[in-house]
Amino acid sequence: MIEVKNLYVDLGEFILEDISLDIEDGEYFIILGPTGAGKTVLLESIAGLYPTKSGEIWLRGKEVTRVEPEKRRISIVYQDHVLFPHLSVKDNLTFGLRMHKTGADAKKDRLNWVTELLGIGSLLHRRPDTLSGGEKQKVALGRAIITQPEVLLVDEPLSALDPETRESVQKELRQLHKALGITILHVTHDFEEAISLGNRIAVIGEGRLMQVGTPEEVFRHPNSEFVARFAMTRNIFVGRAERKPSGDTVFKVDGTEFIIAYDADGTHHASIRPEDILISSEPIRSSARNCFPGTITHVVDKGSTLYVTVSIPPELSCLVTRHSFQEMELHEGKRVYITFKASSVHLFD
Amino acid sequence: MFLRKLINNRMALTFFLLGLLIFLFIVIPLAKMIFSSVSEAEILWQTILDPEVTGAIGLTLYAALIATLVGFLLGVPLAYLLARHNFPGKRLIEGLIDVPIVVPHTAAGIALLFVFGQRFFMGKAFQAIGIGFVDSMAGIIIAMLFVSIPFLIDSAKEGFKKVDVRLEKVARTLGASPWQAFFRVSFPLAWRSILAGNIMMWARGISEFGAVIILAYHPMIAPVLVYERFETYGLNYARPIAVLLILVSVLVFIVLRTIAYRGDKS
Repeated sequence: MIEVKNLYVDLGEFILEDISLDIEDGEYFIILGPTGAGKTVLLESIAGLYPTKSGEIWLRGKEVTRVEPEKRRISIVYQDHVLFPHLSVKDNLTFGLRMHKTGADAKKDRLNWVTELLGIGSLLHRRPDTLSGGEKQKVALGRAIITQPEVLLVDEPLSALDPETRESVQKELRQLHKALGITILHVTHDFEEAISLGNRIAVIGEGRLMQVGTPEEVFRHPNSEFVARFAMTRNIFVGRAERKPSGDTVFKVDGTEFIIAYDADGTHHASIRPEDILISSEPIRSSARNCFPGTITHVVDKGSTLYVTVSIPPELSCLVTRHSFQEMELHEGKRVYITFKASSVHLFD
Repeated sequence: MFLRKLINNRMALTFFLLGLLIFLFIVIPLAKMIFSSVSEAEILWQTILDPEVTGAIGLTLYAALIATLVGFLLGVPLAYLLARHNFPGKRLIEGLIDVPIVVPHTAAGIALLFVFGQRFFMGKAFQAIGIGFVDSMAGIIIAMLFVSIPFLIDSAKEGFKKVDVRLEKVARTLGASPWQAFFRVSFPLAWRSILAGNIMMWARGISEFGAVIILAYHPMIAPVLVYERFETYGLNYARPIAVLLILVSVLVFIVLRTIAYRGDKS
C-alpha cells in the first residue's frame, strides 16, 4: 500500500535519515517516538508537504515521490485540529468536496454520511472556535475522510484531549478504521495508545527508524538500547483479568497475580508506571495490596534517577533516585521486594 | 472608579499625566484650527465652493487610491513570500522595503525623478508608451506609492504570519492547489491585516507632500495647494484649505477604520 524507500528529508534544523517502511492495505500503523523524533515530519513527507532529498514514496504500486499533495489522496489530521477558523463546521467538512468539484447531490450524500458516522449533525452551523476539544477532533476527522482518501494520517490525535474525551475519540478511531477499511498512519508518543490501536508499530528516534513490528515484538523484544529505554518508561503486560471468590479482581501474568482496582475479566493489557513502584529490602506492611519478592536483573543509569528492572517474574522496571539506590546498596542479582497499590495498575485494551 | 484607581496608583497616575500631555499636543492644534474656522464659517464655505480646492482634494484622494491599488496588487504577493519563506538576503530585503519610511521625502522624490525622469531608461521606456512622470498624475501616484508601500507590505506580512501554515497544508491534502489554498484560506484569514495596511497606505498617500512636489507641482494635490496658498497669500488663505483637508482625511480614516474593525470583537 504505502512503501517508503530510503527516505531522506532535510529541513535544515531537522533531518530524517534513511527511513524505509512497508505499510499494508487497511493496516492501522503506529509511528511511535519521543517528542522531537521527527514523527510529524515523516507524516507530512508522506503527504507530500515537504520535498524529499532522496528516496521514494510509493502508493498502491505507483510512485508518488514528486506528486503534489492535492493529487495523492492522503488526508491529514493534526493534534490541535487546525480547522479553518473562518468557515462554519459545515464548510470545513465540505472543503475537500468543493476542491474536488463534487456535484451537489454527491456532496449532500457525503456530508450526511460523515455527520452520521461521527454524530456531529448538530454542529454544522457552529464556528470552530465554539467547539470543545473532542468536537473539534471529530470535525477534523470528518473533514479528512469526506474526500474518501486512501490513507488517513493522524498526528497525535489524542494528546490534546482530556482523559475521558481521549477514550471516546480513541474508540471513534478504531471504529472508523473498521468501518472504512482505510489505511491509517497514527503518530504518537504514548505507549498505551500505540498498543491499543496499532496492528504494527514503527519506533522513530532522532530522525531514524529504530524498529518495526507488532506491539508484542517491540515491547518484549526491543532491538536496541533506544527502544528498550523508551519502552522502559512504562511497564506493559498482556494477561488475563479474573474475579476471585474473595471479591478481588486480579491480573494474571507469567504466573503472578496483581490485585487490580477494576471489575473485569478476559485478556487485557495492563500498565504500571515505574515511579509508582517501591523497592525495599524487607516486605512492607502498608495499604498497598501488591507486594512481591524478586531479583534485580538490570540497572539503567539516567543520572539523578535509575531504572531498576526486577524480575518476579514478570519483569517490572522501577524508578529510584540515586540517593536511595546507593543507600539500599542495590545491584544486579540482589533480592528485593517491590510494592505497588492496586490502583496503580492501569487496565486497557 | 477609573479616577480613583489612578489616584491610588502613583505609576498609573504619572503615566496618565504624561500621556495626557502628548494627547493634548496632538489634539489642540487640530481642534483650534477647526474651531477657529467654524467662527469664520463664511470663508470655509467659500473654500468648499472653490473648484480649485475641491479639485485638488479630489485629485489627492483619487491618486492615493490608485497608488494603494497598485501597492495591493504588487505588495501582497511580496508580503506573502516574506511571511512564508526563508531565504538568504531576506533580512536585507525586509530592511530595504522599510527605507522609504526613514528617507526624507524630498530626497525620495529626487531619487524617483532620477529614475523616472526623461533621461533615464525607465522614464524613456514609459515615455514611449505615453506615460510621463514629471508634472503628471502618474508622477503623483508613484511618489505616493513609494513613500506609503512599506505600511501595506509590513501589515500584510504580519497578517500572513499569523495564519498557521498547517491550514494551507490541510487545504492542500484536501485537494486544493497552491492558488486555491492561498485564495480560500490564507488570504481571507489575513484580510483584516491587509485591509488595515491598505488604509494606512491610502492615508499616508493622501498626506504626502515632499516626494510629490519634487515630481509634480502640477496637477496640484491638496497638500501642495495649501503650501502654495501659504507661500503666496499667507496664513489666512492657507488655513481654510488645511482645515478642509484635515476634516476630509479624518472622516475617511474614521469610516475606513470602522469598516475594517467591524465585528472585531469575535
